Amino acid sequence: MEALALRAPTAAPVAGRFGRHGGRYVPEPLIPACAEVEAAFTEAWADPGFRGELARLLSRYAGRPTPLTSASRLSAELGVTVLLKREDLAHTGSHKINNVLGQALLARRMGKRRLIAETGAGMHGVATATAGALLGLPVTVFMGERDVERQAHNVFRMRLLGAQVVPVRSGSRTLKDATSEAMRHWVGVTEDAYYCVGSVIGPHPYPWMVRELQAVIGQEARHQCAEQLSTGTPDQVVACVGGGSNAAGTFAGFVDTPARLVGVEAAGGASAARGEVGVLHGFQSLFLQDEQGQIREAHSVAAGLDYPGVGPEHAHLRDLGRAEYVTASDEEALAAAVRLARAEGIVPAIESAHALAWVVRAAGTAELPTGGSVLVTLSGRGDKDIPTLMTYLNDEETR
Amino acid sequence: MTILETRLRLRRDSGRKLLMPYLTGGVTPDWTDHLRALADAGADAIEVGIPFSDPTLDGVTIQEASDVALARGATTAGILADLSRSRIEVPVVVSTYANLALRGGADRFCRALAEAGVRGLIVPDLPLEEAGSTGAAARAANVDLALLASPATPPRRLREIAERSRGFVYAVSLMGITGEREHLATSAAGLARRLRGVTDRPVFLGFGISTPAQAAAAARDADGVIVGAALMRRLLDGADPAATAGFVRSLRAALDGVPAAAPADAGG
Ligand SMILES: Cc1ncc(COP(=O)(O)O)c(C=O)c1O
Repeated sequence: MEALALRAPTAAPVAGRFGRHGGRYVPEPLIPACAEVEAAFTEAWADPGFRGELARLLSRYAGRPTPLTSASRLSAELGVTVLLKREDLAHTGSHKINNVLGQALLARRMGKRRLIAETGAGMHGVATATAGALLGLPVTVFMGERDVERQAHNVFRMRLLGAQVVPVRSGSRTLKDATSEAMRHWVGVTEDAYYCVGSVIGPHPYPWMVRELQAVIGQEARHQCAEQLSTGTPDQVVACVGGGSNAAGTFAGFVDTPARLVGVEAAGGASAARGEVGVLHGFQSLFLQDEQGQIREAHSVAAGLDYPGVGPEHAHLRDLGRAEYVTASDEEALAAAVRLARAEGIVPAIESAHALAWVVRAAGTAELPTGGSVLVTLSGRGDKDIPTLMTYLNDEETR
Repeated sequence: MTILETRLRLRRDSGRKLLMPYLTGGVTPDWTDHLRALADAGADAIEVGIPFSDPTLDGVTIQEASDVALARGATTAGILADLSRSRIEVPVVVSTYANLALRGGADRFCRALAEAGVRGLIVPDLPLEEAGSTGAAARAANVDLALLASPATPPRRLREIAERSRGFVYAVSLMGITGEREHLATSAAGLARRLRGVTDRPVFLGFGISTPAQAAAAARDADGVIVGAALMRRLLDGADPAATAGFVRSLRAALDGVPAAAPADAGG
């Protein structure tokens, strides 16, 4: 497939609201910074020059379009046609680069002199460090101490790329706390620094902007499905959901088709499936919380899904019944990662393996009947997860 | 005008500089003894924090105080029950994050505050655009929802904040989070002056005000000061109520040494 022109901009939601969700729940000192990002992105996103530069970077630097791979052996085993949208083949190894290149160009356009970011699995941190190196902008990445330990590979990649990684020791020492710390830092440096949010979360305009920048996944996949599937569109479109950016970008290409949209969360971070309405990190959405309103810690083997909330657009799609949110356990995800490796020669990120795990579980049931077709976004590659997979396989083999 | 704002204005207009210490609710078993001690040591109002698991506008000290209070089992209902029982004469202003205020609905939250005798409310992550329904709920319950203004707030917005704020205006002295600082931020005086140019409501400077000298300096341009982290650090380090009261008395003395400011320029 040729590189596609970026799809036409979708207007910003009014007041940043997706139904009752979203908004801009930030302290007053951050309001001007959010308004500045909103104005700058609204203008840039309508500017053919900006869009052209981003499209060029996406194709010549990040390797887009990514392929759509028919997983033939897995399809035969499961009795459903499985198509994989290969974000693992994008530069830096995940979909995060799509978003980051857009935001880094925006930061430069705004005259900002450095980038800050939060990261869970480290893929967004690596993507931001990469864009910073490309554009000559220093990068500071906040990462929970627990994630620093379990995603050491990506911590080193960030360092290698010249970024500074700040371990966050508060709370659950994972993505939630890294995001809190990035926001605390941002308040003090808004003049100079651009906050590059890694998912469809945060105050308006981030959930809208990040979805717009990730929509390239769904746009490409839709064209590729039309080329490769006799039915034109898949019956189901499945993606894993942490904050929800790879899913939001994928769904954007299919929301106006009859395809069923399924987001797969980690069983221990199932905010869209089981959360309740709340406000955190600048937006209203669904969060894991106790009856008092204290945020509960998420728990997942996949650091990128270890977040107690979900982007506001997903909460809205759930309210509307347009998308459904299901879960996969740690064990199911690890098993699915190994299965894909052995059936197709592709080692997925454990995050992405959650989407596959649900497909494996649902195939042949009423949820995903035999003979149907399913598009799965493979959001990233599994290199960062080798130590976790090694422990898992060793345990499996001695069991 | 509400009880809180009337009282703060009367005191201000009498030439007094106002002092609002901050205390995390439930931080120690004897936290209401601290509350009474602060009241007796010359506080004009007391800000009581209901601790939240993810306080994104707070630095390490108030984060730690929140964690300690939550680990002790602090809840909104428990803190409000303690406040009802404490019956201090100094008005209490509750501060908390949006998720706790909205959890059971803003109406219910504000009614519970009123029933506990609380006079004011601060919710830092409810800016102007998101504060509408909570503001209405607070008004219906006779609780003043005070809004934040910051050094980065542009002039027109500053005026709107001052208009829609109730009780007082919370002037965030610096672009940053709560926590002690070596020096009073250079942005503090300018913000306080800008606010006093657009409103007659009491203006409190807060964030980073750590010492009696800084409090006195801040009060040259503001009607009052809010002191949080400096007090909470002492408390976390083991200060008893007499010791926290001692610190508040030193702030009071510094403020009382401040001459009453000339009225802000009309029309500013
Ligand atoms: C490979 C991969 N997939 C998915 C995610 C989850 O993020 P999102 O839900 O925003 O796509 C991450 C986040 O770190 C990731 O690294």
